[in-house]
Amino acid sequence: MQTKSRNFYLFPYTFWIALFVLAPLGLVLFYSFTDLNGEFTLGNYGAFFTSTYLQLTLSSFWYAFLIAIFSLLVAYPTALLLTKTKHKQLWLLLIIVPSWINLLLKVYAFLGIFGTYGPVNALLEVAGIGPQQLLFTDFSFVLVSVYIFIPFMILPIFNALDKLNPSIVDASRDLGASSWTTFRHVIFPLTIDGVRAGCQLVFIPSLSLFMITRLIAGNQVTTLGTAIEQHFLVTQNWGMGATIAVFLIIAMVIIMFLTGKRGMTNGKKA
Amino acid sequence: MKQLIRTFLIVLAVAFIFIFIVARLNASQGLSGGNTLTIYNWGDYSDPDLIDQFEEETGIRVIYETFDSNEAMLTKIQQGGTTYDLAVPSEYAISKMKEEELLIPLDHELLPNRQYLNPRFLNLSFDPDNAYSIPYFWGTVGIVYNKEMVGDKTITSWNDLWDEEFRNDILLVDGAREIMGMGLNSLYYSLNSTNESELQQAKEKLHTLSPNIKAIVGDEVKMLIGNGEAPIGVVWSGMAAEIMYENEDLDYVVPEEGSNLWFDNMVIPKTADNIEGAHQFINFMLDPENSAQNAEYVGYSTPNEKALELLPEDISGDERFYPSPELTEKLEVYDNLGKEVLAYYNDLFLEFKIELR
Repeated sequence: MQTKSRNFYLFPYTFWIALFVLAPLGLVLFYSFTDLNGEFTLGNYGAFFTSTYLQLTLSSFWYAFLIAIFSLLVAYPTALLLTKTKHKQLWLLLIIVPSWINLLLKVYAFLGIFGTYGPVNALLEVAGIGPQQLLFTDFSFVLVSVYIFIPFMILPIFNALDKLNPSIVDASRDLGASSWTTFRHVIFPLTIDGVRAGCQLVFIPSLSLFMITRLIAGNQVTTLGTAIEQHFLVTQNWGMGATIAVFLIIAMVIIMFLTGKRGMTNGKKA
Repeated sequence: MKQLIRTFLIVLAVAFIFIFIVARLNASQGLSGGNTLTIYNWGDYSDPDLIDQFEEETGIRVIYETFDSNEAMLTKIQQGGTTYDLAVPSEYAISKMKEEELLIPLDHELLPNRQYLNPRFLNLSFDPDNAYSIPYFWGTVGIVYNKEMVGDKTITSWNDLWDEEFRNDILLVDGAREIMGMGLNSLYYSLNSTNESELQQAKEKLHTLSPNIKAIVGDEVKMLIGNGEAPIGVVWSGMAAEIMYENEDLDYVVPEEGSNLWFDNMVIPKTADNIEGAHQFINFMLDPENSAQNAEYVGYSTPNEKALELLPEDISGDERFYPSPELTEKLEVYDNLGKEVLAYYNDLFLEFKIELR
């Protein structure tokens, strides 16, 4: 009786997963085996392993890596600082508020800010450096992406730091560890789960960014996401788009697995 | 396993129920569909005042949705999720839509204002006797440049863009046919080439332009060139007209090697609900005064002869936007090259974009 009612409550969830997760995934897999005329082919997979797409995959990973690293470099100290402030919930809210604004609007704002006649270049000019080409460079691409992803990095790290028992830190200091040693050997290892979660939240979506590549990087940066979008909307080569998507999904699963809780660090801790 | 099969069957069953409900909903909307008209058009491609005026005159509520490439539009109409009553595709997309039977034939009786159209733009190869389409605007692909920023260099041809002076100066629109066409034209090939080696050469040639390319962008190119962010852009004529109106330093040229002559046409896709309303709208837009107002707002060239007479001389006499018949000779209309060749164009363009840096 009990299991029956449990099954019943499970139903909406299973149903949702099946209809909106499994079925689309199945479709993606199915399409990846079709050519332009909808006939079965393995050609898409062959095409993926040509230099063009491998290069594309490599550069996507490289940019996603840069974005994750820089987000982490900014987010960790910020989160650390946040836990030390008096009104931390308020500060946290202030950091999260910008993420309520539509992504596209924020990206458009950067078009103006980074423009040749924008405020950043005006500042550089006053500083005597002279105007620089900011838009349509990989620098601006990484910077804008980092800006957009920072809240996703801060939140999990903040939660991990907030849950950290302060007496452990005090104990470390009492036993003579410098603040750097305390951070390196106590605080950071104990919040590594937050860092992992943050990196997942940033790295994986970064692989498939596509709006920013066009607006900020002017297609000078192409990611897997751009290629998928192009194949579905422009080329109409759904098969190839689906094939790239399959590889993207595989990459995501591998990343989840590598950075997941079942990773080796967890074993060490136990 | 049994559970898995059962879940799967239930999912299928529910999916069918959804399809049924949607069909019923659509049917019931059809009864009241006379009140709305869903227009699927390019961004910023009709005067909003005219839409208001149309709503006032007919009592039909207009829903205006936009797309930014023919391909994106085609995909959406093929899927058929939305009941678009009117779309404005370019000529090669129309031949494709005709092939796939995505269009509803027009009732010419309901379009008396058709008489004002210039016969030069009627009965063209992509749609004989205009059975499915009515021309909306036409124009060219060319180069817009900032005279001040370019200096004493003159730009008259595609090949001028390869000049080393223009390092990191050029913005391109994100269109496979447009940019591949530019590559082909710069080699004096036809922009409808289906020859694989010619296309490869065109891609190689485009690749050598990479150092001069600042970015490949969408509609933002208007803002970027208008603000002087870059001195040179490869754009459609109407885009150029619009920003030249705002920035006097800009000039537009149709390259001498030849270029593309395109038509955007009003069609009624298979997804339409309000076919009568769509006809009303087409006829409304063909009215010379409305057509002139629209042409002045949008900046593209009108195929409406009567409207052209109503336009001020400085617009209608401008050879850059209403090119002489001699120049028009060198312009080519995009042919529908078929799925395979088109996919090849797109693949080459994508490769070009991936290898840009």
